[in-house]
Amino acid sequence: MNVVVCVKQIPDPAAPQSLEASTNTLDRSGKLILDDSDAYGVEMALQLVDKAGSGEVTLVSMAPNGEVSGLRTALAMGAAKAILVSDDALKGTDALGTAKVLAAAIKRTEFDLILAATESSDGYTGTTPVQIAELLGLPSITFAKSVTIDGSTVKVDRQTESGYDEVTSPLPALVTVTAGVVEPRYPSFKGIMAAKSKPVDQVTVADLGLSASDVGAAGSGQTITKVVDAEARSAGEIVVDEGDGAQRIVSFLENLKLI
Amino acid sequence: MAIDKILVLVELTENGPTAVSLELLTAARGLATTVEALSWGPGVQAAAATIGEYGATTLYDAGDIGGALPGVPVAGALVGVLQSSGASAVLIPTSYDGRDIAGRLSAKLNASVLTNVTGLNDDGGLTTEHPIFGGTQIAHAKFTGSAVGIYVIRAKSFAAESAGGAAAAVVAAAVPAADATGAATIVARHVEERTGPKLDEAAVVVSGGRGLGSADNYSWINDLAKLLNGAPGASRAIVDAGWVPYSHQVGQTGKTVKPTVYLACGISGATQHLVGMKGSKNIIAINKDQEAPIFTVADLGIVGDVNKVVPALIEALKGR
Ligand SMILES: Cc1cc2nc3c(=O)[nH]c(=O)nc-3n(C[C@H](O)[C@H](O)[C@H](O)COP(=O)(O)OP(=O)(O)OC[C@H]3O[C@@H](n4cnc5c(N)ncnc54)[C@H](O)[C@@H]3O)c2cc1C
Ligand SMILES: Cc1cc2nc3c(=O)[nH]c(=O)nc-3n(C[C@H](O)[C@H](O)[C@H](O)COP(=O)(O)OP(=O)(O)OC[C@H]3O[C@@H](n4cnc5c(N)ncnc54)[C@H](O)[C@@H]3O)c2cc1C
Repeated sequence: MNVVVCVKQIPDPAAPQSLEASTNTLDRSGKLILDDSDAYGVEMALQLVDKAGSGEVTLVSMAPNGEVSGLRTALAMGAAKAILVSDDALKGTDALGTAKVLAAAIKRTEFDLILAATESSDGYTGTTPVQIAELLGLPSITFAKSVTIDGSTVKVDRQTESGYDEVTSPLPALVTVTAGVVEPRYPSFKGIMAAKSKPVDQVTVADLGLSASDVGAAGSGQTITKVVDAEARSAGEIVVDEGDGAQRIVSFLENLKLI
Repeated sequence: MAIDKILVLVELTENGPTAVSLELLTAARGLATTVEALSWGPGVQAAAATIGEYGATTLYDAGDIGGALPGVPVAGALVGVLQSSGASAVLIPTSYDGRDIAGRLSAKLNASVLTNVTGLNDDGGLTTEHPIFGGTQIAHAKFTGSAVGIYVIRAKSFAAESAGGAAAAVVAAAVPAADATGAATIVARHVEERTGPKLDEAAVVVSGGRGLGSADNYSWINDLAKLLNGAPGASRAIVDAGWVPYSHQVGQTGKTVKPTVYLACGISGATQHLVGMKGSKNIIAINKDQEAPIFTVADLGIVGDVNKVVPALIEALKGR
């Protein structure tokens, strides 16, 4: 059982985010970390490979400046190796372009299953994984709240509007997992040490056989025209509860004729 | 009008088109000379009247797709309809299936997709609005190429208004023969019991957060929602903690709600939560921390302990 996990390395969501003034793209110049959303995919992959008793977990990431710190975190959790696509030509790539890059990178390794998050924490476009599946000619199941493997079939409980569906698909397939699907492990000290010597295959757009015009701002089919401040909502009356808090809410609702 | 023809993807439940589908039909009417719709499933014929009423003249019917996940067959049907109808834009609801369909369609057409759209403007061509950084800023974007524009739009971005149109003419849409990509199959469906109005349609939403202290105390939120004929909601913190199902989550990665009243109990008001509820007409917040960011958007803020204020509120409402 070989599992590929797409892992995005993103600016720390806890730090203030900003756009680059000239391009209106997210400033990714600082240190990047493993997107929390992808820690679930990594953990799920490790558990599935463990249960199968053979195979390995390969990480695939596209990130600027040869960034590996997020990959090292996932390698420390137990992934065997990583493919990193890093190339200045990738700046400004849209979700479809990202999918083209990741699909080409995934083809460099053997896999039965591809895992990704339902959406990333910084761009949250939410379509990249399905675009990858279509480009690779694979079935996909999104929004998994549980994933099991039965022979050459993947079984998923898929979140729906009103509950969940049990969905099955033959392998190979792509599955996106929701937060909380498993509890990601903390890398052990041994894991962190081992991660330092695990292979990271760093490739460029040309190595993937893609042309620079397929990716980056040049290949992107969209552009940001402007960024404006949202209308701020002004705060109303803030009162300290002196035992009359509930009554104040009742009066407020009465004024709106809701009760 | 910015464009000649817009195609709207309409999702159906057993009660007809989803609210967001009607919102998109309404928006499309203001932007294009002709609005057409595409839907699938056993209820298409029955929905033609409503879909026409909201402005679509033609309703393409991709048919009953059985147990297939909609992504592949519906995107396949869309490719055919977009080619034959000449529509230059397709509006797709942000939903579990909507995003799958958009992703498949985008790769099939080699066309970019704009997602999390909350506004559409006619600036000679179509431009989009996307809240970024927790809704503190709005990015405006547009497509650059000549490909069909694929727009994935969040619920509650537009009001749904009937145009009083006649029933849409139903036309069969061909679904390409299934290949390997369409092999995922639904083998069983599980519907969680729910009573009362839906979260994204309720006039009152009562949400709870980590400040409730324990999963048990969430019963207060259910009680309040019932008393106010509203829907219970939640912050992600308590969804991740397993107190309530994901379907309750309000925010960037959950639902957008715009009720008449949003009552937040023990929720700090992180930007990712605010972006999903700050369009509410009135916001009431109960939080023990005067500095909690939720108070920056509250019309009425009660600085107090949910353990006291919430049970007292339940009692007061019960007594009426
Ligand atoms: C605020 C904002 C809004 C944007 N809106 C749009 C838009 O509407 N349309 C559009 O085409 N682009 C958009 N972009 C650009 C988009 O974020 C990038 O193209 C990005 O490379 C891929 O999209 P995502 O992170 O949003 O992916 P998502 O589709 O949200 O990602 C889902 C999953 O795919 C995997 N994945 C995604 N990217 C990578 C990666 N680089 N390496 C490894 N795995 C990855 C991860 O598992 C991730 O969790 C937006 C960017 C920002 C900052
Ligand atoms: C990519 C991304 C996407 C996200 N998407 C979402 C989303 O869709 N929705 C969402 O909600 N969050 C989302 N989050 C998480 C968000 O950042 C916050 O972590 C979350 O909203 C916090 O939930 P909370 O307010 O319940 O908990 P906390 O932030 O822990 O706040 C608890 C609040 O309760 C108050 N409190 C404690 N005890 C009491 C008491 N006895 N009486 C009164 N008040 C009390 C505290 O003062 C505090 O303000 C997302 C985060 C990321 C990174």
